[in-house]
Amino acid sequence: MEQETTQVQVIPADKEKIRKIVRVAVILGLVTAIEFVIAFTLGHSGFRTFLFIALTIVKAFYIVAEFMHLGHERKSLIMSILLPLMFVVFLIAILIYQGGALFELLY
Amino acid sequence: MSNTLAVEQSTQSPWRGGVAPMKASYGKLMMWFFLLSDAFTFSALLITYGMIRYSHPAYEGVIADFTFSQEYWPIPEKVFDAVPFLHGVHLPLVFVGIMTFILILSSVTMVLAVEAGHRMDRKAVEKWMLWTIVGGLTFLGCQAWEWTHFINGTGGGGASLTWNEYGPSNFAALFFFITGFHGFHVFSGVVINFIIFYQTVVGILEKRGHYEMVEKVGLYWHFVDLVWVFVFTFFYLV
Repeated sequence: MEQETTQVQVIPADKEKIRKIVRVAVILGLVTAIEFVIAFTLGHSGFRTFLFIALTIVKAFYIVAEFMHLGHERKSLIMSILLPLMFVVFLIAILIYQGGALFELLY
Repeated sequence: MSNTLAVEQSTQSPWRGGVAPMKASYGKLMMWFFLLSDAFTFSALLITYGMIRYSHPAYEGVIADFTFSQEYWPIPEKVFDAVPFLHGVHLPLVFVGIMTFILILSSVTMVLAVEAGHRMDRKAVEKWMLWTIVGGLTFLGCQAWEWTHFINGTGGGGASLTWNEYGPSNFAALFFFITGFHGFHVFSGVVINFIIFYQTVVGILEKRGHYEMVEKVGLYWHFVDLVWVFVFTFFYLV
Protein backbone atom coordinates (compact mmCIF):
# COMPACT_ATOMS: atom_id res chain seq x y z
CA MET A 1 0.00 0.00 0.00
CA GLU A 2 1.31 3.41 -0.90
CA GLN A 3 1.51 5.86 1.92
CA GLU A 4 1.33 9.62 1.70
CA THR A 5 4.63 11.01 2.92
CA THR A 6 4.56 14.60 4.05
CA GLN A 7 8.23 15.12 4.83
CA VAL A 8 10.86 13.49 2.62
CA GLN A 9 14.33 13.19 4.08
CA VAL A 10 16.89 14.10 1.41
CA ILE A 11 20.23 12.47 2.12
CA PRO A 12 23.18 14.71 1.14
CA ALA A 13 25.36 13.56 -1.78
CA ASP A 14 28.31 11.32 -0.98
CA LYS A 15 31.35 13.01 -2.56
CA GLU A 16 33.21 9.71 -2.80
CA LYS A 17 30.40 8.14 -4.90
CA ILE A 18 30.27 11.10 -7.29
CA ARG A 19 34.06 10.99 -7.67
CA LYS A 20 33.83 7.28 -8.58
CA ILE A 21 31.20 8.00 -11.28
CA VAL A 22 33.34 10.79 -12.74
CA ARG A 23 36.39 8.50 -12.74
CA VAL A 24 34.55 5.83 -14.77
CA ALA A 25 33.33 8.54 -17.18
CA VAL A 26 36.90 9.80 -17.66
CA ILE A 27 38.14 6.24 -18.33
CA LEU A 28 35.41 5.74 -20.98
CA GLY A 29 36.32 9.05 -22.63
CA LEU A 30 40.05 8.26 -22.58
CA VAL A 31 39.59 4.80 -24.10
CA THR A 32 37.48 6.31 -26.90
CA ALA A 33 40.21 8.91 -27.49
CA ILE A 34 42.85 6.15 -27.66
CA GLU A 35 40.70 4.29 -30.21
CA PHE A 36 40.68 7.45 -32.33
CA VAL A 37 44.45 7.79 -32.18
CA ILE A 38 44.88 4.15 -33.20
CA ALA A 39 42.42 4.60 -36.09
CA PHE A 40 44.68 7.24 -37.66
CA THR A 41 48.18 6.10 -36.75
CA LEU A 42 48.20 2.31 -37.21
CA GLY A 43 47.81 0.76 -40.65
CA HIS A 44 45.06 -1.77 -41.30
CA SER A 45 46.13 -5.08 -39.80
CA GLY A 46 44.93 -7.97 -37.68
CA PHE A 47 46.73 -6.47 -34.69
CA ARG A 48 44.80 -3.19 -35.07
CA THR A 49 41.49 -5.07 -35.16
CA PHE A 50 42.55 -7.00 -32.05
CA LEU A 51 43.36 -3.71 -30.24
CA PHE A 52 39.96 -2.24 -31.18
CA ILE A 53 38.11 -5.29 -29.88
CA ALA A 54 40.18 -5.34 -26.66
CA LEU A 55 39.48 -1.64 -25.97
CA THR A 56 35.77 -2.17 -26.75
CA ILE A 57 35.64 -4.95 -24.17
CA VAL A 58 37.34 -2.64 -21.63
CA LYS A 59 34.61 -0.03 -22.23
CA ALA A 60 31.86 -2.65 -22.08
CA PHE A 61 33.26 -3.89 -18.76
CA TYR A 62 33.13 -0.43 -17.17
CA ILE A 63 29.61 0.31 -18.47
CA VAL A 64 28.18 -3.03 -17.33
CA ALA A 65 30.08 -3.41 -14.04
CA GLU A 66 29.92 0.19 -12.79
CA PHE A 67 27.13 2.09 -14.59
CA MET A 68 24.75 -0.87 -14.69
CA HIS A 69 26.01 -1.93 -11.25
CA LEU A 70 26.33 -5.60 -12.25
CA GLY A 71 29.77 -5.82 -10.62
CA HIS A 72 28.15 -5.21 -7.23
CA GLU A 73 25.26 -7.68 -7.59
CA ARG A 74 25.01 -11.25 -6.30
CA LYS A 75 27.27 -13.75 -8.08
CA SER A 76 24.23 -15.76 -9.19
CA LEU A 77 22.85 -12.70 -11.01
CA ILE A 78 26.22 -11.93 -12.63
CA MET A 79 26.50 -15.50 -13.91
CA SER A 80 22.88 -15.59 -15.14
CA ILE A 81 23.70 -12.67 -17.42
CA LEU A 82 27.26 -13.53 -18.46
CA LEU A 83 27.10 -17.30 -19.06
CA PRO A 84 24.36 -17.19 -21.76
CA LEU A 85 26.59 -14.81 -23.72
CA MET A 86 28.78 -17.84 -24.51
CA PHE A 87 26.34 -18.51 -27.35
CA VAL A 88 27.44 -15.21 -28.90
CA VAL A 89 31.07 -16.40 -28.95
CA PHE A 90 29.86 -19.58 -30.66
CA LEU A 91 27.91 -17.56 -33.25
CA ILE A 92 30.94 -15.35 -34.00
CA ALA A 93 33.13 -18.39 -34.67
CA ILE A 94 30.59 -20.14 -36.85
CA LEU A 95 29.48 -17.14 -38.94
CA ILE A 96 32.98 -15.79 -39.60
CA TYR A 97 33.89 -19.28 -40.84
CA GLN A 98 30.74 -19.25 -42.96
CA GLY A 99 31.70 -15.83 -44.37
CA GLY A 100 35.08 -17.18 -45.47
CA ALA A 101 33.41 -20.20 -47.09
CA LEU A 102 31.00 -17.92 -49.01
CA PHE A 103 33.96 -15.87 -50.23
CA GLU A 104 35.68 -19.02 -51.54
CA LEU A 105 32.49 -19.96 -53.35
CA LEU A 106 31.84 -16.56 -54.92
CA TYR A 107 35.31 -15.28 -55.84
CA MET B 1 15.50 -8.14 14.85
CA SER B 2 18.13 -10.04 12.90
CA ASN B 3 17.36 -13.17 14.95
CA THR B 4 13.66 -13.20 14.13
CA LEU B 5 14.53 -12.64 10.46
CA ALA B 6 16.84 -15.67 10.50
CA VAL B 7 14.14 -17.85 12.09
CA GLU B 8 11.56 -16.70 9.56
CA GLN B 9 13.89 -17.46 6.68
CA SER B 10 14.70 -20.95 7.94
CA THR B 11 11.05 -21.98 8.29
CA GLN B 12 9.85 -20.39 5.09
CA SER B 13 10.41 -22.28 1.87
CA PRO B 14 12.19 -20.19 -0.78
CA TRP B 15 9.48 -21.30 -3.22
CA ARG B 16 6.68 -19.64 -1.24
CA GLY B 17 7.59 -16.14 -2.37
CA GLY B 18 8.64 -13.10 -0.43
CA VAL B 19 12.37 -13.68 -0.88
CA ALA B 20 14.63 -12.40 -3.65
CA PRO B 21 17.30 -15.08 -4.20
CA MET B 22 19.43 -12.75 -6.32
CA LYS B 23 18.91 -9.74 -4.06
CA ALA B 24 17.32 -7.88 -6.98
CA SER B 25 13.66 -6.93 -7.30
CA TYR B 26 11.43 -8.69 -9.84
CA GLY B 27 11.34 -5.63 -12.10
CA LYS B 28 15.12 -5.22 -12.16
CA LEU B 29 15.66 -8.92 -12.78
CA MET B 30 13.22 -8.93 -15.69
CA MET B 31 14.90 -5.84 -17.14
CA TRP B 32 18.22 -7.71 -17.01
CA PHE B 33 16.78 -10.72 -18.82
CA PHE B 34 15.12 -8.51 -21.42
CA LEU B 35 18.47 -6.80 -22.00
CA LEU B 36 20.13 -10.20 -22.34
CA SER B 37 17.67 -11.13 -25.11
CA ASP B 38 18.22 -7.74 -26.73
CA ALA B 39 21.98 -8.35 -26.55
CA PHE B 40 21.43 -11.55 -28.57
CA THR B 41 19.52 -9.59 -31.22
CA PHE B 42 22.23 -6.97 -31.57
CA SER B 43 24.97 -9.63 -31.54
CA ALA B 44 23.20 -11.43 -34.38
CA LEU B 45 23.03 -8.20 -36.40
CA LEU B 46 26.68 -7.27 -35.82
CA ILE B 47 27.97 -10.80 -36.44
CA THR B 48 25.92 -10.89 -39.66
CA TYR B 49 27.77 -7.71 -40.66
CA GLY B 50 31.05 -9.54 -40.02
CA MET B 51 29.95 -12.57 -42.04
CA ILE B 52 28.77 -10.55 -45.04
CA ARG B 53 31.89 -8.39 -44.94
CA TYR B 54 34.10 -11.48 -44.97
CA SER B 55 32.20 -12.90 -47.93
CA HIS B 56 33.14 -9.81 -50.01
CA PRO B 57 36.63 -8.93 -51.28
CA ALA B 58 38.54 -6.38 -49.16
CA TYR B 59 40.28 -3.32 -50.63
CA GLU B 60 43.92 -4.28 -51.19
CA GLY B 61 45.65 -1.07 -52.34
CA VAL B 62 47.04 1.99 -50.59
CA ILE B 63 44.47 3.69 -48.30
CA ALA B 64 45.17 7.15 -49.75
CA ASP B 65 44.24 5.96 -53.27
CA PHE B 66 40.95 4.42 -52.14
CA THR B 67 37.94 5.05 -54.39
CA PHE B 68 34.37 3.81 -53.97
CA SER B 69 33.64 0.69 -55.99
CA GLN B 70 31.05 -2.08 -56.11
CA GLU B 71 33.94 -4.55 -56.40
CA TYR B 72 35.11 -4.48 -52.76
CA TRP B 73 33.93 -3.57 -49.26
CA PRO B 74 34.41 0.17 -48.49
CA ILE B 75 36.74 1.49 -45.76
CA PRO B 76 34.41 3.11 -43.17
CA GLU B 77 36.61 6.16 -42.52
CA LYS B 78 36.31 7.03 -46.23
CA VAL B 79 32.50 6.84 -46.11
CA PHE B 80 31.86 8.68 -42.84
CA ASP B 81 34.01 11.77 -43.16
CA ALA B 82 31.48 14.63 -43.13
CA VAL B 83 30.59 17.00 -40.30
CA PRO B 84 27.61 19.44 -40.30
CA PHE B 85 28.47 23.03 -41.34
CA LEU B 86 31.89 21.91 -42.61
CA HIS B 87 30.89 21.01 -46.13
CA GLY B 88 33.56 19.43 -48.32
CA VAL B 89 36.13 19.12 -45.52
CA HIS B 90 37.55 15.60 -45.09
CA LEU B 91 37.15 14.86 -41.36
CA PRO B 92 37.04 11.08 -41.05
CA LEU B 93 35.01 9.67 -38.15
CA VAL B 94 34.93 13.03 -36.33
CA PHE B 95 31.13 13.35 -36.32
CA VAL B 96 30.54 9.76 -35.21
CA GLY B 97 33.14 10.38 -32.47
CA ILE B 98 31.14 13.37 -31.26
CA MET B 99 28.00 11.19 -31.25
CA THR B 100 29.83 8.59 -29.15
CA PHE B 101 30.84 11.21 -26.58
CA ILE B 102 27.27 12.57 -26.43
CA LEU B 103 25.90 9.10 -25.67
CA ILE B 104 28.58 8.38 -23.04
CA LEU B 105 27.84 11.74 -21.38
CA SER B 106 24.10 11.03 -21.30
CA SER B 107 24.94 7.69 -19.68
CA VAL B 108 26.89 9.56 -16.98
CA THR B 109 23.97 11.92 -16.28
CA MET B 110 21.76 8.80 -16.00
CA VAL B 111 24.02 7.32 -13.30
CA LEU B 112 23.83 10.63 -11.46
CA ALA B 113 20.00 10.49 -11.68
CA VAL B 114 20.02 6.97 -10.19
CA GLU B 115 22.40 8.11 -7.46
CA ALA B 116 20.13 11.07 -6.64
CA GLY B 117 17.17 8.68 -6.52
CA HIS B 118 18.88 6.61 -3.83
CA ARG B 119 19.12 9.79 -1.75
CA MET B 120 15.43 10.67 -2.38
CA ASP B 121 16.64 13.95 -3.89
CA ARG B 122 13.74 14.77 -6.22
CA LYS B 123 15.20 18.01 -7.57
CA ALA B 124 18.47 16.32 -8.54
CA VAL B 125 16.64 13.38 -10.17
CA GLU B 126 14.62 15.87 -12.25
CA LYS B 127 17.75 17.75 -13.31
CA TRP B 128 19.80 14.70 -14.33
CA MET B 129 16.87 12.93 -16.04
CA LEU B 130 16.31 16.08 -18.10
CA TRP B 131 19.98 16.21 -19.12
CA THR B 132 19.78 12.53 -20.09
CA ILE B 133 16.74 13.23 -22.29
CA VAL B 134 18.53 16.20 -23.88
CA GLY B 135 21.55 13.97 -24.61
CA GLY B 136 19.33 11.32 -26.18
CA LEU B 137 17.53 13.85 -28.39
CA THR B 138 20.86 15.37 -29.48
CA PHE B 139 22.11 11.92 -30.46
CA LEU B 140 18.92 11.28 -32.48
CA GLY B 141 19.35 14.63 -34.23
CA CYS B 142 22.95 13.74 -35.13
CA GLN B 143 21.81 10.39 -36.46
CA ALA B 144 19.10 12.02 -38.58
CA TRP B 145 21.76 14.27 -40.12
CA GLU B 146 24.09 11.34 -40.71
CA TRP B 147 21.37 9.27 -42.39
CA THR B 148 20.39 12.20 -44.61
CA HIS B 149 24.00 12.67 -45.66
CA PHE B 150 24.45 8.93 -46.26
CA ILE B 151 21.25 8.64 -48.33
CA ASN B 152 21.88 11.75 -50.44
CA GLY B 153 25.54 10.91 -50.94
CA THR B 154 28.32 13.10 -52.26
CA GLY B 155 27.31 13.18 -55.91
CA GLY B 156 27.68 9.48 -56.69
CA GLY B 157 24.00 8.57 -56.38
CA GLY B 158 23.74 8.11 -52.63
CA ALA B 159 22.33 5.02 -51.02
CA SER B 160 19.16 2.93 -50.86
CA LEU B 161 18.40 -0.56 -49.59
CA THR B 162 19.19 -2.05 -53.00
CA TRP B 163 22.10 0.05 -54.28
CA ASN B 164 24.69 2.51 -52.94
CA GLU B 165 27.62 4.54 -54.23
CA TYR B 166 29.98 3.40 -51.46
CA GLY B 167 30.29 -0.32 -52.14
CA PRO B 168 28.33 -3.60 -52.39
CA SER B 169 24.57 -3.20 -51.88
CA ASN B 170 24.75 -5.07 -48.55
CA PHE B 171 26.91 -2.30 -47.06
CA ALA B 172 24.12 0.29 -47.05
CA ALA B 173 21.46 -2.31 -46.19
CA LEU B 174 23.44 -3.29 -43.07
CA PHE B 175 24.05 0.37 -42.21
CA PHE B 176 20.31 1.08 -42.28
CA PHE B 177 19.49 -2.09 -40.35
CA ILE B 178 22.06 -1.82 -37.57
CA THR B 179 22.17 1.93 -36.91
CA GLY B 180 18.42 2.10 -37.53
CA PHE B 181 17.65 -0.61 -34.98
CA HIS B 182 19.96 1.09 -32.49
CA GLY B 183 18.42 4.49 -33.23
CA PHE B 184 14.99 3.03 -32.58
CA HIS B 185 16.26 1.86 -29.20
CA VAL B 186 17.53 5.37 -28.45
CA PHE B 187 14.15 6.78 -29.48
CA SER B 188 12.19 4.39 -27.24
CA GLY B 189 14.72 5.07 -24.47
CA VAL B 190 14.05 8.81 -24.71
CA VAL B 191 10.28 8.18 -24.57
CA ILE B 192 10.61 5.91 -21.50
CA ASN B 193 13.01 8.39 -19.85
CA PHE B 194 10.49 11.15 -20.43
CA ILE B 195 7.68 9.12 -18.81
CA ILE B 196 9.83 8.56 -15.71
CA PHE B 197 10.92 12.22 -15.72
CA TYR B 198 7.23 13.18 -15.77
CA GLN B 199 6.44 10.79 -12.90
CA THR B 200 9.28 12.33 -10.90
CA VAL B 201 8.11 15.87 -11.55
CA VAL B 202 4.49 15.22 -10.51
CA GLY B 203 5.74 13.40 -7.41
CA ILE B 204 4.48 9.87 -8.13
CA LEU B 205 7.87 8.31 -7.36
CA GLU B 206 8.36 10.33 -4.18
CA LYS B 207 4.95 9.19 -2.94
CA ARG B 208 5.93 5.59 -3.71
CA GLY B 209 8.87 6.00 -1.34
CA HIS B 210 11.62 4.90 -3.73
CA TYR B 211 13.07 5.72 -7.16
CA GLU B 212 13.54 2.18 -8.42
CA MET B 213 11.88 3.02 -11.75
CA VAL B 214 14.79 5.40 -12.43
CA GLU B 215 17.17 2.49 -11.86
CA LYS B 216 15.23 0.27 -14.28
CA VAL B 217 15.11 2.80 -17.12
CA GLY B 218 18.75 3.56 -16.25
CA LEU B 219 19.65 -0.07 -17.01
CA TYR B 220 17.94 0.21 -20.39
CA TRP B 221 19.65 3.51 -21.18
CA HIS B 222 23.12 2.18 -20.30
CA PHE B 223 22.43 -0.82 -22.50
CA VAL B 224 21.68 1.49 -25.43
CA ASP B 225 25.04 3.20 -24.78
CA LEU B 226 26.74 -0.21 -24.53
CA VAL B 227 25.36 -1.30 -27.91
CA TRP B 228 26.61 1.92 -29.48
CA VAL B 229 30.12 1.19 -28.17
CA PHE B 230 30.03 -2.07 -30.16
CA VAL B 231 28.42 -0.52 -33.25
CA PHE B 232 31.10 2.20 -33.17
CA THR B 233 33.89 -0.37 -33.13
CA PHE B 234 32.56 -2.88 -35.63
CA PHE B 235 30.90 -0.55 -38.09
CA TYR B 236 33.11 2.54 -38.03
CA LEU B 237 36.56 1.60 -36.71
CA VAL B 238 37.40 -1.94 -37.85
